[in-house]
Amino acid sequence: MSVLVNKDSKIIVQGFTGSEGTFHAGQMIEYGTNVVGGVTPGKGGQTHLDKPVFNTVAEAVKEVQADTTIIFVPPAFAADAIMEAADAGIKVIITITEGIPVGDMIKASNYIKNRDCRLVGPNCPGVITPGEAKVGIMPGFVFKKGKVGIVSKSGTLTYEAADQVVKQGLGITTAIGIGGDPIIGTTTKEAVELLINDPETEAVVMIGEIGGQLEADAAHWYKASGSKKPVVGFIAGETAPAGRTMGHAGAIVGGSDDTAQAKKKIMRACGIHVVDSPAEIGKKVAEVIG
Amino acid sequence: MNLHEYQGKELLSSFGVRIQRGIVAQNADEAVAAAKKLTEDTGTGWHVIKAQVHAGGRGKGGGVKLAKNLDEVKTIAGQIIGMDLVTPQTSAEGKRVHQVLVAEDVYYPGDSEPEEYYMSVLLNRGTGRNMIMYSTEGGMDIETVAEETPHLIFTEEIDPATGILPFQARKVAFNLGLSGAAFKDMTKFVTALYRAYVESDSSLFEINPVLKTSDDKIMAVDAKVSLDDNALFRHKDLAALRDLREENPIEVEAGELGLNYVDLDGNVGCMVNGAGLAMATMDLIKQAGGEPANFLDVGGTADAARVEAAFQIILKDPAVKAILINIFGGIVRCDRVAQGVIDAYKNMGNIEVPIIVRLQGTNADIAKELIDNSGLDVMSATEFQEAADKVQKVLA
Repeated sequence: MSVLVNKDSKIIVQGFTGSEGTFHAGQMIEYGTNVVGGVTPGKGGQTHLDKPVFNTVAEAVKEVQADTTIIFVPPAFAADAIMEAADAGIKVIITITEGIPVGDMIKASNYIKNRDCRLVGPNCPGVITPGEAKVGIMPGFVFKKGKVGIVSKSGTLTYEAADQVVKQGLGITTAIGIGGDPIIGTTTKEAVELLINDPETEAVVMIGEIGGQLEADAAHWYKASGSKKPVVGFIAGETAPAGRTMGHAGAIVGGSDDTAQAKKKIMRACGIHVVDSPAEIGKKVAEVIG
Repeated sequence: MNLHEYQGKELLSSFGVRIQRGIVAQNADEAVAAAKKLTEDTGTGWHVIKAQVHAGGRGKGGGVKLAKNLDEVKTIAGQIIGMDLVTPQTSAEGKRVHQVLVAEDVYYPGDSEPEEYYMSVLLNRGTGRNMIMYSTEGGMDIETVAEETPHLIFTEEIDPATGILPFQARKVAFNLGLSGAAFKDMTKFVTALYRAYVESDSSLFEINPVLKTSDDKIMAVDAKVSLDDNALFRHKDLAALRDLREENPIEVEAGELGLNYVDLDGNVGCMVNGAGLAMATMDLIKQAGGEPANFLDVGGTADAARVEAAFQIILKDPAVKAILINIFGGIVRCDRVAQGVIDAYKNMGNIEVPIIVRLQGTNADIAKELIDNSGLDVMSATEFQEAADKVQKVLA
């Protein structure tokens, strides 16, 4: 078992023939991911990386039964790409694009709300189920197969956490990069819930950062669920000043309840094993998994 | 990106939001000319001179003053322009004032008492929708209102599919206790305000105070406007309003080099790929006994040119006593980054602070060897904790 993506996922790449799309689709295929085609409006009928190119997502669904998409479309057009995927019946929409205007994401998240799909991202590294599917831009070799799930707002910090977990002799079921924007599809709570409910996942690593309430919501859900699966948590940005955006558009302290300290306090109160040092994530996982 | 009050008001006005009128001036003579023109256009007798800087609480620092005649306009404008304005939101050194807004007096006597309200438009991150937040307690610090009298703050969330609906605008006006002409004017005001927010791709509007004048007009007396940086590509006219004098010069320079840099007060500079890892690295520096001097995300392509640019930015801060480079090589190979660090170091030739380089991920071993054999005064590390320990050692 795994969550969101596996070896049977039929994956298309939106923004397939662009430089980002081409490079990362190539890496995904090399990893063994089941990429069934791609979409670039106006280039339908061509073949790219030995896969068919379609003009629309609807065509890709019809012709190659795509059920998952990864979006590399530039920021100005990315929200439209998300809505197109949702309209075409794609079930898992993973959006890598960074820098989508908030106004566009308000529209897109409202549009997909009552449709049967799940958005991951935007501004995220994607999702990887080691040994089965890499639907993202992460370095595949860092993620060895195992029993620890990872949920994170950040890219390289996810790789760091996975690397630490693997160096403890453990591995990863699925790592979900949820993204660092103010509006994202799958929340920390939803991603944690998916992993807690996954029978193969024995522990969850939850990596958050300053800004917003997502980690607190996840912590409250975890406590209420009564789950016995241990969760290890880290929040980046304890030293970040209030009112300044730290790289990720959503990483900004707005009040007293979205600082790293406030989030960690809530997470601890909800039974999450919080580490203060980002160097101790792996060690803590090994300790709680026993 | 933040706008000045006068720019924010022009934006609002272009969408039909009534504003307190004013003319911006760069010096005392311009201020006098502006005041004369304003009297001709609006009939105002008195004038309000308002410092134009990107900081709230300007009145508390002496940056907003009433002038009752043209002599006072000249004196006050002369005092405010050029001053280092200290407010609760600035540093102790304050912010240099380069221009003032000469505004009409809108608190004139009339049939009813003027009333002040608070209104903002912002994103509710929890629901992914915009909301209008408003209060009867205008002209005050809204954080204080939220703490002491939270029942006096109202919110109205807007469905993005419909925009603000007439009943919602009426609800705002009712909750503010308005009736008659003022009620009607408020519904127009809030509707236009919301439209301005959405169509300008703003990320925050804060109007404090919104004024009901003694003749029942609703207007914005102040305007704090922040625009969504990611949407500026479709608002070239608004992007042109950026005032670089209001920003940290090192941050501006870093931005031009494509580096995401935030200046901080500490003593350990850092260079990291990825925002989350960069914040985590700052936290680790603190735990190692240092204080981060900056946030710096070099992004995905940490080649020699970028590393050198990053070095130069970090070293502009004289407080930096050590630099920690933390790169997790994924798609970018660590040996390339290591070579970049070595080349940049050699090119610069005069780096006098100790450097700790932690490279992890693809080809980390080769990278460590490259650094160790470079003959440069650079310490290498592969584990995160090892890097922290070395930072601690050089600070000791």
